[in-house]
Amino acid sequence: MKIDALRRWAWLPLALMLLAGFAYVVARSGPLAPVRVTVATVTEGQVAPVLFGIGTVDARRAYAVGPTAPGRLMQVEVDAGDTVRAGQLLARLDPVDLDARIAALDASADRTRSTLAAAQAQQRDMHARAEVAAINARRYVSLGQQQFVSASAVEARTQEHTSARAAVDAAAASADSARGDLARLQAERQALVEQRDTLTLVAPVDGVVTAREAEPGTTLVAGQAALRLIDPASLWVRTRIDQGRSQGLAAGLPAQIVLRSRPSERLAGQVERVELISDAITEERLAQVTFATLPAGTSIGEMAEVTVQLPAAANGPVVPNAALQQRNGQTGVWQLDGDALRFTAVRTGATGPDGQVQILDGLSTGDRIVVHSEGKLKPDAAVRIVDSLNAVRQ
Amino acid sequence: MISLAGRDILHAWSRFVLTGMGLGLLIGVTLSMAGIYRGMVDDAGALLDNSGADLWVVQKDTQGPYAESSSLRDDVVHSVRGMPGVARAANVTYFTMQVARGARDVRAMVVGFEPGLPGAPGELIAGRRITRSHYEAVADVKTGFAVGDTIRIRRHNYTVVGLTRRTVSSGGDPMVFIPLKDAQEAQFLKDNDAIVNERARNAANPALNRPGLPGLLEAITDAQSSNHNVNAVLVQIAPGLDAEAVAEPIRRWKHLTVFTRTQMEEILVAKLIATSARQIGMFLVILAVVSAAIVAFIIYTMTLGKIREIAVLKLIGTRNRTIAGMILQQALGLGLIGFMVGKTAATLWAPIFPKYVLLLPGDALRGFVVVMAICALASLMAIRAALKVDPAAAIGG
Repeated sequence: MKIDALRRWAWLPLALMLLAGFAYVVARSGPLAPVRVTVATVTEGQVAPVLFGIGTVDARRAYAVGPTAPGRLMQVEVDAGDTVRAGQLLARLDPVDLDARIAALDASADRTRSTLAAAQAQQRDMHARAEVAAINARRYVSLGQQQFVSASAVEARTQEHTSARAAVDAAAASADSARGDLARLQAERQALVEQRDTLTLVAPVDGVVTAREAEPGTTLVAGQAALRLIDPASLWVRTRIDQGRSQGLAAGLPAQIVLRSRPSERLAGQVERVELISDAITEERLAQVTFATLPAGTSIGEMAEVTVQLPAAANGPVVPNAALQQRNGQTGVWQLDGDALRFTAVRTGATGPDGQVQILDGLSTGDRIVVHSEGKLKPDAAVRIVDSLNAVRQ
Repeated sequence: MISLAGRDILHAWSRFVLTGMGLGLLIGVTLSMAGIYRGMVDDAGALLDNSGADLWVVQKDTQGPYAESSSLRDDVVHSVRGMPGVARAANVTYFTMQVARGARDVRAMVVGFEPGLPGAPGELIAGRRITRSHYEAVADVKTGFAVGDTIRIRRHNYTVVGLTRRTVSSGGDPMVFIPLKDAQEAQFLKDNDAIVNERARNAANPALNRPGLPGLLEAITDAQSSNHNVNAVLVQIAPGLDAEAVAEPIRRWKHLTVFTRTQMEEILVAKLIATSARQIGMFLVILAVVSAAIVAFIIYTMTLGKIREIAVLKLIGTRNRTIAGMILQQALGLGLIGFMVGKTAATLWAPIFPKYVLLLPGDALRGFVVVMAICALASLMAIRAALKVDPAAAIGG
């Protein structure tokens, strides 16, 4: 009888279980279910914003060594990786006919020198003739005054004297001309010598050869580099920082550099220069960041991540940036007044790297705000506060 | 008056409950199927909601960015911002890829967004928003990533700093949000071998590699390996304006295609998921018909199993109405248990589905009415059989 009664009423717990399960799913899903959220209290704090950019290691001073005029490369003395000193011979271009033209000019100069010597000798000869003519002329003039010779003889001597003086002037002029010729030839020779010197490529500074771009036999155009040099001590990171997040970027700020080849090392650095011209296409600002100590083996063109530390903002209320929401075109947070939910518009200031945002206006320390939520919130929506939403249903 | 149905059910309650549960599981499957359909539609809606846009500006004469591919220059957003009625506009890129997670990979839609503008992730369920302009990611919880994990996309590693929920593509793939510039690069960046080959191909082309023009080859190679394209511009319009009125000048003067929210829903629901939705719908109809048939058979055989008792009832002079009422009540009871089991089961197993299953209360209510109607209809057949029974059968054997 007892067992029978037990059997008879055994359906009751089953029915209750079913009812409870049904009630649970109705309450848990659908419009009656509260939205689960995590809540934080607005705290007083300080936000130290950082700027983040990526860049490439670059040499502050790079030199492209090449000829000033087209020519064929004759010899290259150094190779990539070589250390060179200022003035060291790097490469030589084929002078082609320059040496022959210099020899020709030398020969011309020699001939001009002979011409000059002949002109000077002639000048001396004419001087001597002029002196004799002057004496004769003077004598004939006095003889003529004493009526010893005829007037025509006196005039002939006087004319002789005048001609001799003119011959002196002519000889002087031809000597000057020969001298001028010589100067011209010497200048021309100097020009050719200098032209030949430019065919020798020398290192402009102490540095390291980074590239040997042409081999002997190659014809180079004017301005084309045969060798590239850098000053290895002048490496810096050419950093690109999004314009929209570059506020506060200035020279002198401390920075941290992470090279792609050593991702776990944070190298100290400093913003050396902020370029006045920013990239209009990529909408990025350019800043040059130098290393405090240059790590050995840094390669040019290596990618680096740069974090620039800005001065900390003044103390004030801060909230996690996950709490900020956009609603009807306004930025704000969901604030909890007791259990009631309302949207409060806020004005935000600086954001720290950990996601803490400074609140300039709209909230005060101690306010309770929603940080994470599993769905969209509406004013006065039912919420259930949980510690973490990590295990929410997907 | 004692409840004849209740007494009968209690008499053999275990069989009744088991039948109800079996029926319930069948109803659960039907409800889940409806939920899968709703889930697909909701995925499409979630995609639009998450973008936060009122207008989608895409390449002219395409139905991008979700249904077709669309490509715009990333400076188009500036001219769109200058159009009347546009409150905010932002570039966005979408591409679906396999994202490596440990040894395996997950299919995800990588979204390139600009922080604080339309297209950025909305509510987070853990972590924080992106604070650096590169190499940080916010991932949907369905990708399986946790805050602090590293995602490798193409060449770069991204740190997951926050998690979202219900941010999926129209195909149900979870989203990974990364900064726009990184996404542009990732979308376009080829592997190193391809880049090296491309350089060699350029260098081998005498038209590009001219001896008298140093620097030309480098410039061409640079131009080939950078990307200034995006897939769409998301626009939020100023409050109080009509979306179509803002869209029209952009179409006319900027020579771009613009979709409003209504048109985008139409594209997603009526075009993108139309075939799969019809597939599910067809299956849902068949399932409903099969369920109805099974309910009818169960109630019919249940009544036939009691045919002798009914004959006895008739013999002792029970009215037809009472007998019919008993069968109807039992059928409805069965339906009620079935519905409750089905709804519970569907809700419990919904999260296990790989894609989103949305169980709408309205669907449940409709399902309840339909289940009750089918049960009532099915009981008619049983009632007819019961009423036709000859009372003599009770003693005749």
